[in-house]
Amino acid sequence: MERLKSFVELFQRQRRPGDFVFATAFMVFALVSLMLLPQETRWVEKTPLFAQPAFWPAVGVFMMVGFGAIHLIGSIASERSPGRGKEVLYWARSLEFVAWFLAYVLAVPVIGYLPASILFSVLLVWRLGYRSAQSFALAAVFGFAVVAVFKAGLNVKVPSGALYAYLPDSIRTFMMVNF
Amino acid sequence: MDALLSGLSLLMSFDVLVALMIGSIGGVIIGAIPGVGPAVAIAILLPATFALPPLVGLVMLLGIYGSSMFGGSLPAVLINTPGTAVNALTTYDGYPMTQRGEATKALGLAYGASFFSGILSILALILLSPLLAKIAPMFGAREIFLAALLGIVLVIVAHRGQIAAAGMMAGLGILLQSVGMEPVKYTMRFTFGQDWLTSGLDLIVVVLGLFAISQAFSLLVDPESAPDAAPVKGGMGREMLGVLKYKRVAATGSFFGVVMGMIPGVGEFTAQFMSYTLARKRSKTPEKFGKGSEEGLVASESANNAVPAAAMIPLLALGIPGEALTAMMLSVFYVHNVVPGPALFRDHIDFIYALYIALLALNVIVILFMLVSSNWLIRLIRIPTRFLGMMILMLSFVGVYSLRNSAVDCAIAAAFGVLGLILKRLHLPVVPIILGMVLGNIMEVKLRAAMARVTSPLDFVDRPIAAFLAIVIVVIIASSIRAAIQNHRLKIAH
Repeated sequence: MERLKSFVELFQRQRRPGDFVFATAFMVFALVSLMLLPQETRWVEKTPLFAQPAFWPAVGVFMMVGFGAIHLIGSIASERSPGRGKEVLYWARSLEFVAWFLAYVLAVPVIGYLPASILFSVLLVWRLGYRSAQSFALAAVFGFAVVAVFKAGLNVKVPSGALYAYLPDSIRTFMMVNF
Repeated sequence: MDALLSGLSLLMSFDVLVALMIGSIGGVIIGAIPGVGPAVAIAILLPATFALPPLVGLVMLLGIYGSSMFGGSLPAVLINTPGTAVNALTTYDGYPMTQRGEATKALGLAYGASFFSGILSILALILLSPLLAKIAPMFGAREIFLAALLGIVLVIVAHRGQIAAAGMMAGLGILLQSVGMEPVKYTMRFTFGQDWLTSGLDLIVVVLGLFAISQAFSLLVDPESAPDAAPVKGGMGREMLGVLKYKRVAATGSFFGVVMGMIPGVGEFTAQFMSYTLARKRSKTPEKFGKGSEEGLVASESANNAVPAAAMIPLLALGIPGEALTAMMLSVFYVHNVVPGPALFRDHIDFIYALYIALLALNVIVILFMLVSSNWLIRLIRIPTRFLGMMILMLSFVGVYSLRNSAVDCAIAAAFGVLGLILKRLHLPVVPIILGMVLGNIMEVKLRAAMARVTSPLDFVDRPIAAFLAIVIVVIIASSIRAAIQNHRLKIAH
């Protein structure tokens, strides 16, 4: 028993709130990956081990399981700091901004890069609690500047919005190419 | 000498010079804004550089990498917040000096030490290049495999106190790089029958998620803060010369920066730590360290700024990136079908010299810019953090979406953004994931090529460099296990 206690103490470390939740979730993910390894990779006959398609995924999964287990033991063996629930809630709060980001992504091919960027920056700034006209103006200018630099200046590949098709002939091509 | 002049002529084009200016000044600005950092900026700009010629794109990214640490020292000294992670040690002595009313002196010393070490490290590397050009061709598939393996081992053991976390993250990186259709036997790996996973996970999508989007989420979720800093008064130029009082400290810091920068997986933190510890040991006033010591400030700033040039060595000579930023730069090479490695050193040494001269020039541009712009840069420190979060999120969209106009890529990047945020909150390492992805891929390709000519396991290490690398790997693993056991015994004894 003493030996086991001493072995577990070997893995003690500084632990932050939420560490145990993450260590457990990672371990579950690693074990699920290990279970799926035979189904999600192929073993090809007459091929040496190092050239097997399954070899490197297996290396990665075994590292995850091995080191993940040590990390989890370390989490269990280390002194707990309070605030686990609060921390997990903090992680969950980031999901709201995932939704904002994905809404922006989906809006671009429909309403166009420039309108979507200006709308996104102004609405997000409003959501973040800025209420002054100066903040909205700065956000709109930033949205415009990003589009101008990347699309018009550096010609990065962002498709023009479907709504641009309804613009007057005189500016349609200009908008499609630059904004 | 011919190669050096040829390298200089490569740089003498309008595009390259503009890229150098944008990279140098942009890097300082990015470094000066706490919460952005070079990794975020490089990740965002990476896809935009794919459309540029390789030298132009690389010079711009190199400019950001090399100059961000100059900018990062500004908030570290003035408001006790490092602009980039590697400026953390600068706060120990820089901020106490500001509190004593010596902000101009502290900034002058920080800029002076950065400039001194930047120049010294590049000169050392220019002198070393002919030697590297001779050694690099001795690296065949097995040596490159072993060097990549050494990189993985080092990135794990370098995370002292977090070895298990670094190991599992490196494993995750290796697994992630294997997702998709395997290119030799054409079998699917971890695609779950989904078409969108067939082409695998793009490194840039993962990088943008882990570095840029996670930082945006962190700023957006955290409460608002708008740090303030008093303007800097007095002449900076004279204070910069103060570094000459600590030539030995700066030279030692540069030495550690160059050596640690060249070793994959080690980087700025170890260099700074060693430089700072040695400077304190040798100092006549060690008690002042951490309380506003000029020597301490010079030791940390000189070590971190010598790393960027040195970190390019394993990337250029062997095609092996030592840390996340050079891993991102590797994609620029791949996109342009320029294969970094021994052949690049042998056949295109002028290209290598061009990069070194660009680094030399950027140090000069940056120092001139810093001399006149410190007070202007202070305004950037005052950007409200949540507004900054919105800016980073919007810029991240360009980085991810412009790759292949895929909403799925954006969703994947957002998922990695959440993972990056959690890792940041838990103080767990992110870099091993990126190095696992990059080095895992190199190891897979090189091991397959190397084993074709190997009949017994000993054949694998029958060449001097391969044998040396294998011994180094075994020694490092054995010594870290020994150190862990000794630490544990010491703990029990206490």
